[in-house]
Amino acid sequence: MHRAAPLAVLVLALAFPLAVHEPYYLSFASRILVYALAASSLNLVLGYGGMISFGHAAFVGTGAYVSSMFIAEGITSAWIGWPAAVAASAAVALAIGAVSLRTRGAYFIMITLGFAQMMFFLVNSMKAYGGDEGLSLPARATGLGIDLGSDVVFYYTALALLAAGVYALHRLAHSRFGRVIGAIRENEARAEAIGFPVYRYKLACFVIAGAAGGLAGVLLASHGKYVNPNVLHWTQSGTLMVMVILGGVGRLWGGIVGAAALLGLEDLIANHRVEWLASMLPNYQQHSGLGVGIVLLAIVLFAPQGIAGAFARRRRA
Amino acid sequence: MLELRSISKRFGGVVATDDVTLDVKRGEVHALIGPNGAGKTTLIAQVAGDLGSDRGAILFEGADLTRATQHQRVRAGLARSYQITSIFRRFTVLDNLALAVQARSGSSFSLWRPVAAETALAEEARAIAAEIGLSGREAAIAATLAHGEQRALEVGLALATRPRLVLLDEPTAGMGPEESQGMIALIERVSARVAVLLVEHDMDAVFRLADRVSVLVSGRVIATGAPEAIRAHAEVRKAYLGESAAA
Repeated sequence: MHRAAPLAVLVLALAFPLAVHEPYYLSFASRILVYALAASSLNLVLGYGGMISFGHAAFVGTGAYVSSMFIAEGITSAWIGWPAAVAASAAVALAIGAVSLRTRGAYFIMITLGFAQMMFFLVNSMKAYGGDEGLSLPARATGLGIDLGSDVVFYYTALALLAAGVYALHRLAHSRFGRVIGAIRENEARAEAIGFPVYRYKLACFVIAGAAGGLAGVLLASHGKYVNPNVLHWTQSGTLMVMVILGGVGRLWGGIVGAAALLGLEDLIANHRVEWLASMLPNYQQHSGLGVGIVLLAIVLFAPQGIAGAFARRRRA
Repeated sequence: MLELRSISKRFGGVVATDDVTLDVKRGEVHALIGPNGAGKTTLIAQVAGDLGSDRGAILFEGADLTRATQHQRVRAGLARSYQITSIFRRFTVLDNLALAVQARSGSSFSLWRPVAAETALAEEARAIAAEIGLSGREAAIAATLAHGEQRALEVGLALATRPRLVLLDEPTAGMGPEESQGMIALIERVSARVAVLLVEHDMDAVFRLADRVSVLVSGRVIATGAPEAIRAHAEVRKAYLGESAAA
């Protein structure tokens, strides 16, 4: 992508609440920002680290739940609840990663999925925090010296955290650590054979991504002032994977582009009726998954590097 | 410097290495020869730590490395190259080598500072590229290199870890005569400062480079000695050298 492109996107994102006053679209844009952070954190393990984790929702969900529990218990300060939630996600990632990363290939995919599902059922059984009905919050967190209750402030908070997260990802990708992670993805056996303790690097990468996913979860719960066990369901992990694949596996912009594309597409199908299509398929709007599936298929077949990858390639050509 | 005491490895019912006792002295080039399937590559993998050993002990510079992980062995000064080229194919030549340099210089749990700004890594990588004959090819993507160049990089990755003993598993595999000569000359230069355990099928290379030769047949060492003695060894001639020694 051109050097000025990130700046242009940032300026547009900054100007968005000034230009669009409709609450629905502001909320929708915030949702994209939150999912972009979640997908970017998955992209760190999946794309940069080459670890096909099918349980990323566990970390997003942990962040969402722990931050909500703090508010439910009357501790509303984001200074306390948010770092605690991120730390909890990191701890869960450490535990799950320490076991899962002993395995490879399909086993790794299945064991991460299994752990995430265990978390899903665990949260379902937490009756004190709503069980399967979920947990509604009276208000968003306080603190940070800002009024998070305002949707505009929340939008800018999410934008700032996403920008910081993606900048950190960029720094990490070009650091010593990032180069080792890339080498492990490329040729794990040789990385070990030139002296890198591969397992430790993968685990560190997994934990960083889990913590960042937890931060996205904090925002996700805060955004809707509501959290339910579905944030930990395996379909949520799948959605994040779809976003990364759509946007571009191992691309800096992959998570952002993928989240915007998927959520945008779903919204487009569900809320903008196309008459000629409706005349053939009357209920097509209730089956947005079908449309998303077709687009995903097209991306995988014709732009296997994802949307961000396709743009990068065009510029080089 | 390296001492293998009765090490063995079996894969199910197949005995790959059987009670191998062998040593490599400081400053020595020790060649390991034997027919296909004799267990040479398995033995290298056991020494380097790709594979564990079922029995026996591996001592290196007096330390017991039998249970050490591969990266610990590399830290201790024991590095290997592979018979089947195993490089970072999408990385440039320079990044391949710089990565191996990075592995032994300072912590790589640095998440923020751009690695590209570390000129020391690149300088050292450049010096190794020159040594292995890849000067001017530093910016090439490893996958695009010619076979001989990839073989040189394969060995270069092991050398870049700055080993005290390097295990070279058929470095000339698949090379033409001219490229082989280049590789032999490289090993000759390297052996001035690094001990070498060399698996090689090219007998000219073996007899030119080796100070001692061990012969592995069906997982067992049947003879160890100076190249001339091995050439003359009756059992070795029968088991292995036969045709090529007569030629």
